Amino acid sequence: MKFKPLEILTHIILILGVLLMVLPIWFSFATSTHDNVSIMTEGMKFFLGESFSQNYNEVLNEKGGWSEEVTAARMFVNSFIMALGIATLKVVISAMSAYALVYFRFKLAVPIFWLIFITLLVPLEVRIFPSYKIVSDLGLTNTYTGLILPLVASATATFFFRQFYKTIPDELLESAKLDGANSWRFFIDFLLPLSKTMLAAMFIFMFVYGYSQYLWPLIMTTDEKYWTVVMGMKIIFTENYEGVALPRTGERFAYIILSMLPPVLVVVILQRWFIKGLIQTEK
Amino acid sequence: MSFLELQNITKIYPNGTKAVNETSLNIENGEFVVFVGPSGCGKSTLLRMIAGLEDITNGEISLDGNIINKIDPSERDVAMVFQNYALYPHMSVFNNMAYGLKNRGISKEEINNKVNDVAKLLEIDQLLTRKPSMLSGGQRQRVAMGRAIVRNPKIFLFDEPLSNLDAKLRNQMRLEIKRLQRQMGVTSIFVTHDQTEAMTLGDRIVVINNGVVEQVGTPKEIYSKPNTKFVAEFIGSPQMNLFNCKIENGIAHIADMKINLNNSTNIDDATLGIRPDDILISDNGKHSCVANLVEYLGSDMIIYSKIGDQEFSCKLSSKINLNAGDTFKFEISGTSVHLFDNTTGSRV
Repeated sequence: MKFKPLEILTHIILILGVLLMVLPIWFSFATSTHDNVSIMTEGMKFFLGESFSQNYNEVLNEKGGWSEEVTAARMFVNSFIMALGIATLKVVISAMSAYALVYFRFKLAVPIFWLIFITLLVPLEVRIFPSYKIVSDLGLTNTYTGLILPLVASATATFFFRQFYKTIPDELLESAKLDGANSWRFFIDFLLPLSKTMLAAMFIFMFVYGYSQYLWPLIMTTDEKYWTVVMGMKIIFTENYEGVALPRTGERFAYIILSMLPPVLVVVILQRWFIKGLIQTEK
Repeated sequence: MSFLELQNITKIYPNGTKAVNETSLNIENGEFVVFVGPSGCGKSTLLRMIAGLEDITNGEISLDGNIINKIDPSERDVAMVFQNYALYPHMSVFNNMAYGLKNRGISKEEINNKVNDVAKLLEIDQLLTRKPSMLSGGQRQRVAMGRAIVRNPKIFLFDEPLSNLDAKLRNQMRLEIKRLQRQMGVTSIFVTHDQTEAMTLGDRIVVINNGVVEQVGTPKEIYSKPNTKFVAEFIGSPQMNLFNCKIENGIAHIADMKINLNNSTNIDDATLGIRPDDILISDNGKHSCVANLVEYLGSDMIIYSKIGDQEFSCKLSSKINLNAGDTFKFEISGTSVHLFDNTTGSRV
């Protein structure tokens, strides 16, 4: 096999890019398998150590926090529920609102769409205090509902679904109508299957978005039972940091590695669907 | 009472465009009717109003004795074949055909039987598991027809279904549609802008222009006795020649040419229509002209020429040896012409 110079160059760039992405993760993983003494004395590690099971076991099961009652496993569950809730509801709600905007001729549909679109300019961080006020007045602080609900509307997803629905030929709707499909059936039997790819993509994005929320859960939760992984990253395993004990760097790296797994899994599982959708261009 | 009755149907779009104007039409059970007209004439709108996809601004449509104006499309018991087939891209051919039946709550077994029967009839039984994206244009067309047939509707509506096919396939499908319609005897309405399709398919043709029905009749009636100038020009290929002329005592004056119509009409501003194949070339013809352009079509050829400053064409067998620039002699029989009054636009 012969390589052209340009091909070699592009491959070198690609390989460098991969290394740039993967090496820090590998360093974190390798370091997470060492005990704290060697990390403290020798710095980050490139090769695997012997403390894998000990570190990961401690991360998942040790009770931490101020009350010494919350475990990382609990935080994973919380984050997963929050991300899943946000992603599912965001996809469902935006798909349905886009459906209403595109297919139902009601007055002011266009201004309403732009109103939704403008909310892109007002991220959660801007409206965080009003949002907090509402959620707390409703008595939803320290609940999953409170964690999820203020984040379920998505202008981005609504926009993408709207654009997609607009590309679906009118004849399809008309033909479905003649075949006896009502508005609900058309949505379930046609729009959802046709936007499979889009649904998967949106779910991935929104899951990662929900999973990486930091400020909202931080403000929302005073009860450690509702802490999320990303919050925990700042808080957990730091309790003795200012004392005489060694910083628990090994555990913290193990925690980081574990915290990356759920979004990675979601991407890996859904990407098959995603790519399948891309290959079979059905329209 | 006819099977399908349209009474004073008017369609005005929200932007004020009048697509269909006061159209009345009766269609009998089992008839194959073709709506033909230039694009934008309102023929598709009319069809879509029958299907229930378009609201009716004014007038009444009744099907099989029931007024269907306000009835939901799915309950009118009509099936439609769309121009681009509108197959459901995410469903297999089987499911495409079965979907409408499923929505009616028909049992699985019955659906299976019906779909398989229709698939055999249309010779698409090998394709039932495929998705529409894996089908050729002709196969898609068949599936679209199958989807309509399997529902066993009261009326088939075809909205220019052949216009996406290549010429050869189009002819083949045209024959097939005609054969199927005969076989099943289901009332059908076929919309097209192609006059050949209209002539070959229809038991009756409805010529529409600017939202108004110009003429309704069998292909033969429409061809041999066009009611208006528009119909005369629209039906027939190549187009009918239309000459502006003055009629005095039954003699038409076109420039310095005189044609005896064998009657005693007097019209100052008339149009004389002569089909290109009614201009007979013969060496002892009364009239002569110079051929400006000759189009060779195989068995036939078309000659373009001028009488005074009015262009005309004539169609003749290509066995005659005639080249551009040659002078030819011809004869026009006064009984084969069509006379229209320009003030009313209608046939005299």
